[in-house]
Amino acid sequence: MTSRNARRNAVNNVMLSLTAVCAFLTVSTLFLILAYLVYNGGKSINPQFFTNLPVGQGETGGGIANAIVGSAEIVALASVFGLPVGFLAGVYLSEFSGKVLGFLIRYTADLLNGVPSIVIGIFAWALLVVPMHGYSTIAAGFALSLMLVPITARATEQFLQEVPRTMREGALALGASKWRSIATVIVPAARKGIMTGMILGVARISGETAPLLFTALGNQFWNSGLTQPTASLPVVIFNYATAPYEDWHRQAWAAGLVLLGLVLIANISARLIVSRGMSIPK
Amino acid sequence: MATPSAAIPATRKRPVAGQLSGADGVAWAVTLFFALLILAVTLALVIQLWNNSAPSREKSGFGFLTSSLWNPVTDQFGALPFIYGTVITAFLALLISVPLGVGAAIYLSELAPTKLSNALTFLVELLAAVPSVIFGLIAIFTLVPLMRSTIEPALKSALGFTPFFTGPAFGVGYLTAGLILSIMTFPYIISVSREALMSVPREQREAALALGATKWESTWDAVLPFARLGIMGSIFLALARALGETMAVTMVIGNDPAIHASLLSPGYTIAAVVANEFTEATGKVYLAALVELGLVLFVLTMIINGLAQLLIVVTTKKGSAKA
Amino acid sequence: MKKITITGIAALAAMFAVSAPAQNINAAGATFPDPIYKKWFGEFKAVHSSVAINYQAIGSGGGIKQLTEGTVDFGASDMPMTNEQIAAVKVKPLHFPTVLGGIVLTYNIPGVGTGLKLTPEAVAGIYLGDIKKWNDPKIANENKGVKLPAEDIFVVRRSDGSGTTFVFTDYLQKVSPAWKSKVGANTSVQWPVGVGQAKNDGVAGTIKQTPNSIGYVELTYAATNNLPYADMKNANGKWVKASFDSVTAAAAGSKDLAADFRGSITNAPGDKAWPISSYTWLLIPSQIPDAGKKKAITDFLTWMLTTGQKDAQPLSYAPLPKAVVEAEKKQIASIK
Repeated sequence: MTSRNARRNAVNNVMLSLTAVCAFLTVSTLFLILAYLVYNGGKSINPQFFTNLPVGQGETGGGIANAIVGSAEIVALASVFGLPVGFLAGVYLSEFSGKVLGFLIRYTADLLNGVPSIVIGIFAWALLVVPMHGYSTIAAGFALSLMLVPITARATEQFLQEVPRTMREGALALGASKWRSIATVIVPAARKGIMTGMILGVARISGETAPLLFTALGNQFWNSGLTQPTASLPVVIFNYATAPYEDWHRQAWAAGLVLLGLVLIANISARLIVSRGMSIPK
Repeated sequence: MATPSAAIPATRKRPVAGQLSGADGVAWAVTLFFALLILAVTLALVIQLWNNSAPSREKSGFGFLTSSLWNPVTDQFGALPFIYGTVITAFLALLISVPLGVGAAIYLSELAPTKLSNALTFLVELLAAVPSVIFGLIAIFTLVPLMRSTIEPALKSALGFTPFFTGPAFGVGYLTAGLILSIMTFPYIISVSREALMSVPREQREAALALGATKWESTWDAVLPFARLGIMGSIFLALARALGETMAVTMVIGNDPAIHASLLSPGYTIAAVVANEFTEATGKVYLAALVELGLVLFVLTMIINGLAQLLIVVTTKKGSAKA
Repeated sequence: MKKITITGIAALAAMFAVSAPAQNINAAGATFPDPIYKKWFGEFKAVHSSVAINYQAIGSGGGIKQLTEGTVDFGASDMPMTNEQIAAVKVKPLHFPTVLGGIVLTYNIPGVGTGLKLTPEAVAGIYLGDIKKWNDPKIANENKGVKLPAEDIFVVRRSDGSGTTFVFTDYLQKVSPAWKSKVGANTSVQWPVGVGQAKNDGVAGTIKQTPNSIGYVELTYAATNNLPYADMKNANGKWVKASFDSVTAAAAGSKDLAADFRGSITNAPGDKAWPISSYTWLLIPSQIPDAGKKKAITDFLTWMLTTGQKDAQPLSYAPLPKAVVEAEKKQIASIK
């Protein structure tokens, strides 16, 4: 009997230790990634990197200024298109929707959320690039906004739903009309969570590359307007990483560090705002 | 002044247009409009995919899915190598990340002290925020050389008698893509499995322990079965992500539109070929074939995501359409 | 909160109000001439600050396609457009040769320096998959004294629609009947073996990092990255090194380009000719309705044919023969 118990105990210890190993292995990949980027990217970050335009193959001293600005413009456009739509849709789902329509919209939002970003790129290309006869920042912004809408809508709905019933009832009991109670009581109460969802969504789309390939194309100069092609951070990383020039590799690492830094800062601050074990946006 | 009975809302509102007046009606209409926009946009997406793939669909019919010939010169396009590559790399990714992920989830939900568990989960979920192109960047300069110089030769000498580990060790290929995908899917498996495990009622564990089970036995026999559906949901979620992943895969898969048995050989996935060839596909049929590939990917991920949501909804207590 | 929002909006507005040059021209196409095009467009902008020509190197196939779709103002390709492709474009495109370049087989074999001798049969054999290892007799026989490892050859080729691929396969089908019947020549072909990488950059990058690899790239990519490249036997049976001189000799030895400037100079006769040489073309619409764009483009073409040609040699390209330059100037005048 005791040998059987001993075996069971041994199995117990081994398996539990294994799970600990699994946990630490997976966590350590994050640190490894960060370490690589910091080590390789940190070496190459200097002021010119942020202020110069790219230079030709084999020459040194280029920078990614236009890519940084390009990405900022694309993400800004995507936010302007996507955040209001997502927010208001979320309000509808939480405050107004009926069973059937609500289910349909939620299902569709989840569907849109799960569409691979390359397919979103194809759609934006067909819808905007072809009729406009050209690649543009707008097309890129539109493509990314499509990814932002479902995330924002779900986050908005989720946090609005969590506003306690007492607050809702209180507002209405004081004579507020429905829209007033939403605008002045319910939404402000859910403000933190909604903002978190928005920040996380924006952080996620700022790293997307695939849709940009068919919408923004690229530009070695400053882009000359929203209806023109533009450089962007993720595409620059992709192009430089696959090229042979040492200088470009260094810039790719540095750009990667910048991008990851921004994304992580956004994520960490968002989660600290709503410090609870929130599910990752799927 | 609204009467109390009309004012108390149910948690799921059911206002009909007629009951809302004035500004409320406007608010309802405006928000409804934006909600419907989601429907409209998704519908437009499906329509565009369908229409733009018409030249290719008309030419090949269902043969598209079974043919493995991809020849832009003769305008013959078959999706099989890409479907194969997509499925194989996703499968490899799950092979690695499911045991590791579920193991980690068990540790985080059953063993780790709460603070540590929350902190570690937070860090793992940060991994989900790392953009794909950054994974690709790291893979090119660190993983690929490692595969080529160390791991693949080792696999060849140990397992070279199977058809899966033959051929030159290039460092790029199905295996490398699968590896990088597995890292990208960790967070999904861990986060959702952990929640599924944590939502198993405490009584389950206590009952098992009271009967003399070791902690492992209680976890394996009493807790996991309950969380089974949620864990499966996490697997489908991770699968959907792996299927649609583009940039990291493009950078390490070797871009060869053919089917190879060996995991060490280069291959291609749907997302990678579309990313590489879309901006230069000359000819109606070529472009339509790429859009058709996008349609195939869309349908595939739609089905898998649907299954994932279903499974997750069924297990977590939080109810409808969240998690 | 309000202050932050206002400064935020102001910053955004400032970003959008980038000083736009008067003329924005978008172009896309071949990676073969990308290094010199980038140099040219940069220099041209320095001289004509109101003109920004944004050139994106996405491969010749991409250049042709974007031109056909009308999403760029002009394209660039190392493969002359076929009659079908020209017919598919709404406004007929004109071919303007810009420089001459050579394609080299570059490799990364530990311990082996530049100048490995590869016969046409060896190159075809490697890319057909018949020659699998570096120490194969077909390679070793020409390179007695070079220690070739008994390793698998890691073959690299293009994954995107590439004019460089067209020139390379055009050469291969001239020297290898097996290649001609099995594969053929085009911007994208069904490769028997090899790993695909996008753009000349991608191929060169992979070669640089992968031991025992071989790939075909434009000469400048090998030269700038200090990658070794092979000597080859030309049509006259002589061993030649790729260089500005041997590429120029190839153009000199070939028959003249057609009146529309299309033509191939691979496997050219001549003792000194580099066998895998090619012109590369800008594909300019024959009618440009926008007067500002038309002026900018025609100014650039004139500049390119005169001042620009000086940039060719330092980047390992060869300038155009004088006769071609003169004929092109006449074609510029024909753009409406």
